[in-house]
Amino acid sequence: MIARLLDGVPGRGLAVLAGLLAVLLAAPWVANDYVLTVLIIVLYSAYTGQAWNVMMGFAGQLSLGHAIYVGLGGYAAAALYVHFGVAPWLGLAAAVAIAAACGAVIGFLAFRFGVGGVYFAILTIAFAEFARIGFDHFRWVGASSGFFLPVANYTRNDLWNLRGDPTMFYYVMLTLTIVAFAICHVLLKSRIGYYWQAIREDEIAARSLGIDTFRYKMYAIVLSAGMTAVAGVFFAFYYNNLFPEQVFHISRSIEMILGPIIGGIGTLFGPLVGALLLTGLSEAMQELLTALRLDVPGAKQVFYGLCLLVVVMVLPGGVWPWVARKLGLTGPRS
Amino acid sequence: MAAEIYLNVAVSGLLTGLVYGLMAVGLSVIFGVVRVVNFAHGEMMTIAMYLAIVLFNGLGLDPLITVVPLAAVLFALGYAMQAGIINPFITRPEHSQFILLVAMALIIANVLLIVFGPDARGVQTPYSFDSFLVGPLIIDATKAYAGAATVAITAALFGFFRFAPLGKAIRACADNYTGALVVGLNVKRLYALTFGLGAACVGAAGSMLVLLVDVTPALGPALTLVAFIIVITGGLGSMPGAVLGGVLIGVTEAMAGLFFTPSAKSMFSFALLVVVLLFRPQGLLGKRPS
Repeated sequence: MIARLLDGVPGRGLAVLAGLLAVLLAAPWVANDYVLTVLIIVLYSAYTGQAWNVMMGFAGQLSLGHAIYVGLGGYAAAALYVHFGVAPWLGLAAAVAIAAACGAVIGFLAFRFGVGGVYFAILTIAFAEFARIGFDHFRWVGASSGFFLPVANYTRNDLWNLRGDPTMFYYVMLTLTIVAFAICHVLLKSRIGYYWQAIREDEIAARSLGIDTFRYKMYAIVLSAGMTAVAGVFFAFYYNNLFPEQVFHISRSIEMILGPIIGGIGTLFGPLVGALLLTGLSEAMQELLTALRLDVPGAKQVFYGLCLLVVVMVLPGGVWPWVARKLGLTGPRS
Repeated sequence: MAAEIYLNVAVSGLLTGLVYGLMAVGLSVIFGVVRVVNFAHGEMMTIAMYLAIVLFNGLGLDPLITVVPLAAVLFALGYAMQAGIINPFITRPEHSQFILLVAMALIIANVLLIVFGPDARGVQTPYSFDSFLVGPLIIDATKAYAGAATVAITAALFGFFRFAPLGKAIRACADNYTGALVVGLNVKRLYALTFGLGAACVGAAGSMLVLLVDVTPALGPALTLVAFIIVITGGLGSMPGAVLGGVLIGVTEAMAGLFFTPSAKSMFSFALLVVVLLFRPQGLLGKRPS
């Protein structure tokens, strides 16, 4: 397993990876609460970006409604915890199952009827919006006034019930990100990964080579949905509140996919690099604008938008492939 | 009596749907020719709405009159956007165009927030509460004027694409990009012109929409979504389809608001969209993609 993980990674890449891991593991000892919170957001975006990347970056299916899986996952685990006292790690199974089933339904409907490209993207938005409005009227989980998890001042970390301080959440998120990273790495090098990439590059050619494109696209959406639901559970227990207007909103879906696209779509490091850049950019902008006394509502987003514009115009393939070339890390692609 | 209520609500929904339909015609024209999905469509609409309010409050111009100047202003904006920013992206993959337009949407929405603040704004015209009595029907005057203007503008645009040489040239670009280049058409300029025309529809629709709803800087994504639903239901790239889709969505939402709760009404348009996508992915009046 380990050998397979390390297979084909250039030596310099391994060194960088080990260094990065060491920094991330040691971070809570040096970082203050603010930096730790930012790092949690970075890891969260990297994780969700990676999950989305499975569908778009690997299998080429553009989903613009991934917030639905975050929301379903979060609501499922939170409802089980609040109403029945089911621990989040057990609720996680239900959350993943529900989101994966939802992904399967969307995928089945879309891929069966040959809905692809822009149409598929808009179908995914439609489902997410449908869920948003649906949950706005779903009384059992608080409808539009929100669903809250009980909060107390915790003296010790309860990993089983996911109640505790930011450091615990940081390590949970770090573990999730590493696991997602490893899964994606193995998948990309396996038969299924090559099938996905073939479908992404040319679906008709892939089918004519005998790949069951329907089945492999289904695998991609189900896996991606399940992975995203895990992030939803984390979201619910970390923030302790869920509002349909927030979790299912289209801007959540868009935020989720900016990272991997800016970082480099279809690459393993793209989501991580993108998350780091965008979160860092957003926080730095806040500091800068406060320092310059330009901190009017909206100013930050304008600069953020301008930066996005510049990146997408100058580096169409994303930041990571460019960085990797500069660092001499480009071995075999991806 | 009960039947009259339903009829009144349906007519009201139909007229509102026409205005949304005009906005969607803009999206459809742009996609049909340039093949770029304009994710900043709703934000452009909010620009038009704010301009209409400024003109109304500052110069006392009626939003039905500002339809013409605002169409011109938005045409210029659309032309500039396509010529300056989007043209290099027409051969890039969809997700790349998507980020570009999302970035533009973000900038527009937040510049509006800085300039106008977060509060909702609207206009009150002398005829705001007028209505016509047609038999048993009570028709809101504002909506009737706006609906009529939409029909006129769409007909003019349809005529332009069907009969004018320039319109034919634009359709040629849409049909065959390489072919259009071969016969010597300046495709990039025609694309910019098309984006401008689509934006002009937005300018006209936005000017009229301030009569019907209040605007906030954050309204953009909701409008973009409505435009998406309408064009996909009607058929992406089909102008009559966009109008039909607008009417369908308008009536569906009005009816859903009456039978269920108004806050859940857009669920029904999404449901309609899903059904259409599944059984007729090219939309009601769309051509099957080759």
